[in-house]
Amino acid sequence: MAEASQRSILAAVDEIYRAESRRVLATLIRLLGDFDLAEEALHEAFRAAVEQWPREGLPGNPRAWLVSAGRFKAVDRIRRRARFDSLDEEALGRLPADEPDIAELLDQDLPDDRLRLIFTCCHPALPRDAQIALTLREVCGLTTEEIARAFLTSPPTLAQRIVRAKNKIKLARIPYEVPPREALPERLDSVLRVVYLVFNEGYAASSGASLTRHDLAAEAIRLGRLLVDLMPEPEVLGLLALMLLHEARRTARATPEGDLILLEDQDRSLWDRAMIAEGAELVTRALASRRFGAYSLQAAIAAVHAEAPTAADTDWAQIVALYDALLAVEPSPVVELNRAVAVAMRDGPAAGLRLVDDLLARGELADYHLAHAARADFQRRLGQKAAAREAYERALSLARLEPERRFLQRRLQEVMH
Amino acid sequence: MKYACLVYLQEAEINQMSPSDWLALNLRCAAFGKELAASGHRLGGEALEPTSTATTVRVRNGKVTATDGPFAETKEQLAGFYLIDAKDLDEAIEVASRIPPAQLGSIEIRPVRELPQPPE
Repeated sequence: MAEASQRSILAAVDEIYRAESRRVLATLIRLLGDFDLAEEALHEAFRAAVEQWPREGLPGNPRAWLVSAGRFKAVDRIRRRARFDSLDEEALGRLPADEPDIAELLDQDLPDDRLRLIFTCCHPALPRDAQIALTLREVCGLTTEEIARAFLTSPPTLAQRIVRAKNKIKLARIPYEVPPREALPERLDSVLRVVYLVFNEGYAASSGASLTRHDLAAEAIRLGRLLVDLMPEPEVLGLLALMLLHEARRTARATPEGDLILLEDQDRSLWDRAMIAEGAELVTRALASRRFGAYSLQAAIAAVHAEAPTAADTDWAQIVALYDALLAVEPSPVVELNRAVAVAMRDGPAAGLRLVDDLLARGELADYHLAHAARADFQRRLGQKAAAREAYERALSLARLEPERRFLQRRLQEVMH
Repeated sequence: MKYACLVYLQEAEINQMSPSDWLALNLRCAAFGKELAASGHRLGGEALEPTSTATTVRVRNGKVTATDGPFAETKEQLAGFYLIDAKDLDEAIEVASRIPPAQLGSIEIRPVRELPQPPE
């Protein structure tokens, strides 16, 4: 075969690896019943593809070819090992006796395998940090080094977390299945929480030094899209919408130096309109289902902000109403605080101050810097400089993140005079 | 797949139960045992006497020591266990969640390990 077409076939292998390797892996895990065996099989299948496809041409269905080749290699390996080690006879016994043919592999519900993989990686019987690591490793295909860098841990720590999780999956027999309907809400919640934690890990990092962490937000959105394709439940739509609506404002929410810019001061021309439109459309679909939950409501709030031409033109009454609905679904003092801020925008800072004072009197948010920052802000707007100063100082003593501290310091300076 | 379901309870809480509540809980456990047997999940299981009747046995350097009390001081004490058969962890969790004291304390699920057989 001509050298040029060989080169184009190798480029096609790369492309197929990027697009299909996670799907092939998910199916191999189901067929082989073992994560590590499936990963080895995946790599051997691609090695075989690189050797054979330039000679023989691209197969009609590359994914089915890879699944079949991977399975064949794994079975072959187990058979060879079984000759030396009687324990491997057990692994051999787990494999189906007959060779499935490629047509049969194709007929099976392949998209379901990726869904199986996601639910297994996010199984609540695994520690949360292991769920996150495993999902990024197995579903997204990130390397252990990449995940470790993004979460600011060492690669050995992260690798150990993944090994332990895989061990528990094997020993406790965590199933490789999409959970049945009655278990779905709770299990899906676990999956969505993992995706949202990955997103927040990336989104919270706003300084220039944390480019790899920004990739986490993109990875979470990719996961969100995959979930919407595989399981378009209202909260799945809501979570993707929420992530898109936040991501749309990324470039506007900080200065190049990494200083925070409040929503009301952001340059709205920097917002990604296409992303906002996509997010808003997903919110509408989620809300129309009437089975929406906290993610959809948070997304709806973000959509109202995103669609307002200016901060002053924001429909604060609607935002307060959405916070009321959110509190009914998921009561939390932090949501109450956010609602108080919206009430202050609707009815003035005095109304907001009353709510925050009540909230602080209950004690739950006493050590939460944003509660004191909100209180300080209301007092500043009411011209109560001395009280505002005290509250900003309290907020500063509790704030940890550098950009937030710089912001509070600037505000404190403003009320010093 | 076999799983052991170990039942934990706060004995102090149990001791404060009224005699009729205590009897009712015991009757529910007895009924649950029969229910499990009927559905084929039950392989065995017993309630245990309180920790005041417990003895901890230790072996150090080949020397056996028996001491009074449970193996460790925690808020909850082991109150019983079920040995169940479930196809995977999800089914085991489902079964365990139906054990009545799951509502009062916690149930620890551990996969049962098959011991290696000595050579014949």
